[in-house]
Amino acid sequence: MAAMKPVLYSAAISSCSYRVRIALSLKGVEYEYRAVEWNDTDYEKINPIKYVPALQDGDILVSDSLAIILYLEDKYPQHLLLPQDLKRKALNLQIASIVCSSIQPLQCYAVIGLIKGKLGPDESLQIVHHYIDKGFRAIEKLLEGCDSKFATGDEVQLADVFLAPQIHAGVTRFDIDMSKYPHLERFYKAYMEIPAFQAARPENQPDAPSPPQ
Amino acid sequence: MASAEAPAARPILYSYWRSSCSHRVRIALNLKGIDYEYRAVNLLKGEQSDPEFMKLNPMKFVPALVDGDAVIGDSYAIALYLEDKYPQRPLLPQDLKKKALNIQRFIEQKVGTGESIPWVQQQIDRGFTAVENMIKGCAGKFAMGDEVQLADVFLAPQIFAAVTRYQTDMSNYPTLARLHGQYMTHPAFEAALPDRQPDAPSSG
Repeated sequence: MAAMKPVLYSAAISSCSYRVRIALSLKGVEYEYRAVEWNDTDYEKINPIKYVPALQDGDILVSDSLAIILYLEDKYPQHLLLPQDLKRKALNLQIASIVCSSIQPLQCYAVIGLIKGKLGPDESLQIVHHYIDKGFRAIEKLLEGCDSKFATGDEVQLADVFLAPQIHAGVTRFDIDMSKYPHLERFYKAYMEIPAFQAARPENQPDAPSPPQ
Repeated sequence: MASAEAPAARPILYSYWRSSCSHRVRIALNLKGIDYEYRAVNLLKGEQSDPEFMKLNPMKFVPALVDGDAVIGDSYAIALYLEDKYPQRPLLPQDLKKKALNIQRFIEQKVGTGESIPWVQQQIDRGFTAVENMIKGCAGKFAMGDEVQLADVFLAPQIFAAVTRYQTDMSNYPTLARLHGQYMTHPAFEAALPDRQPDAPSSG
């Protein structure tokens, strides 16, 4: 009996979902894509905090992109995303954490504030720019002197899996000038050439909104 | 003449007494029995913006850990580093399902600081409601059973902050309320409490 494919609950535009899609593609793990709409009330049974992504793999249900990716790292050890070396491992986790705790949620709240009418469009964009800039500048500092192809070496690792969707959102949604962040700009160009990253892009998902006519 | 090897320096923890992220790392260090040097970073005086501190953590957040030549910011990265470097008293189980639950649970406690109180209370309620539902079935003496695990290391400071700073009504989260009682009497957690830290203001 063939093992069932894992099921990924995802939204095309969700940068957190994008991270997991990249990790699954890099590891060559085939999965079933289930699109979740923002007002989907059934989804609360899958993930009580109602965020995407969530992954159902057999009898294991994991939500939160970082938890999911660390689970994938153990369960599917091909194309490992974390190095053995403790310093480089910590650097990967620190960069991932800056993105997923100190940039994306704050950008998300600003966008939600805009949608709910609590923030004007300029205010919302200012907040987003502030947090992206703060996070990107800090990451550039951590990467000072880095001349490897990717953030922590010549192979794609966890930091890259988190950086790619964040930079993508910055560039495509928030008009971020990436020339201020030379390492990140260089990595982003490299990510765009990698099939696993391309396959995971929001525009390439089953629930991607159709482009404006 | 060969000199005796100098004893390894203790890790240095840059911390603020009240910072709930620093609090997490203090608990982890205590649980693992790691002797460390405490260096206070006074957030109210803006010491996190000192150029020397920014070299340790360019996000200007506490905590930061210096352990030999490793310099690590971010409580999560530090916790997992400690887990690898000091494998005594492991905080993560081997079982993949339980491990995922540990990591997932604590990640849900992202709450912005420096935001207005009603907003924080809303975020706390959302997070606590979700965590309460998730652990109802499997909590034992602690969040994941009868042993302290990583989920507890992250939950304890969050509940403590919610109770002491954000007037959270814990009767809405009976399992978390019970865990809070446990944490307040566990030695490793007690020693990590904000008002036990060297930089806590002395009571009047």
